[in-house]
Amino acid sequence: MNRIRALAQFIWDFVVGDDWRVALGVVIALALTALLHTWVPLALLVAAMLAFSVFEVAGEARRRPPGRRR
Amino acid sequence: MTGTAIGLAVSVFLACAVEGVEALTIVLAVGTTRSWRATFTGLGAALVALAIITAALGPALTAIPLGVLRVIVGGLLLIFGLQWLRKAILRASGLKALHDEDAIFERQVAEAEDQAPLDDQWDPYSFLIAFKGCFLEGLEVVFIALTFGANQHDVPLAAMAALVAVATVAIAGLLVSAPLSQVPENTMKFVVGVMLTSFGIFWGGEGAHANWPGGDAALAVVVPLVALFSLGLVSMIRRQNLAVGAA
Repeated sequence: MNRIRALAQFIWDFVVGDDWRVALGVVIALALTALLHTWVPLALLVAAMLAFSVFEVAGEARRRPPGRRR
Repeated sequence: MTGTAIGLAVSVFLACAVEGVEALTIVLAVGTTRSWRATFTGLGAALVALAIITAALGPALTAIPLGVLRVIVGGLLLIFGLQWLRKAILRASGLKALHDEDAIFERQVAEAEDQAPLDDQWDPYSFLIAFKGCFLEGLEVVFIALTFGANQHDVPLAAMAALVAVATVAIAGLLVSAPLSQVPENTMKFVVGVMLTSFGIFWGGEGAHANWPGGDAALAVVVPLVALFSLGLVSMIRRQNLAVGAA
């Protein structure tokens, strides 16, 4: 059982990575593309997710005391 | 060779070279400090495991209908690409430490020296570390080469680009006998993030029945747009950091 759990964890880490919201966003973006038959929501959502993801880290870094950055 | 095929070969080569550099650092660290024999056995075992996975997954991937394959692979490449790109943007903005092969090598050496002393026969530590490092880095190589190749119906080209990349890194490692810290790894990771994200957008969109203006030629617009957008994010974060630093 532990091995199955470890394998599942490995696959999750390998595929999803360290921000599960990106994976969820990609699934939603592709679903919208399939529904609307246009590339526009895919391009906009990818740009928004990337910007949100990096600005979130940037904001957290700025709020941290100077000696503890990174 | 078409533009898409060149893009495929370059993307696979760069991604596989980056993974190869990381695997080489691990092999050199445990090999030089502990046992070359066990390290090379671990490397060989990892290559055999990867060959088995490739042999099993390759035909299975090419049997999937192209539309389904493109939406699944496009989605996976997008997730992979966005993670690479996010880290690359944070590194370029100074918010994340740059990937430093020398520092990683020193850390691996220190960890290897802390382990139980070597006996004359066999060193399981070197075997396991070499196997794990090469298998995990190699798995990404296999994934990228197979998905790019299957999507373009050109697995041989992708496999060739991957093999050339790994061979180049291995030969350079043998000649230098040190971590390849002169390789512009952070820049390469940025480029690979851009390429994976762009191919992910393009193939994912095609698989989900989006009509790209200009067909395959749209990829030549998507790649620079993703690159410019990413560089724009780096520039904005740097400026914000400077403004906060000055305040």
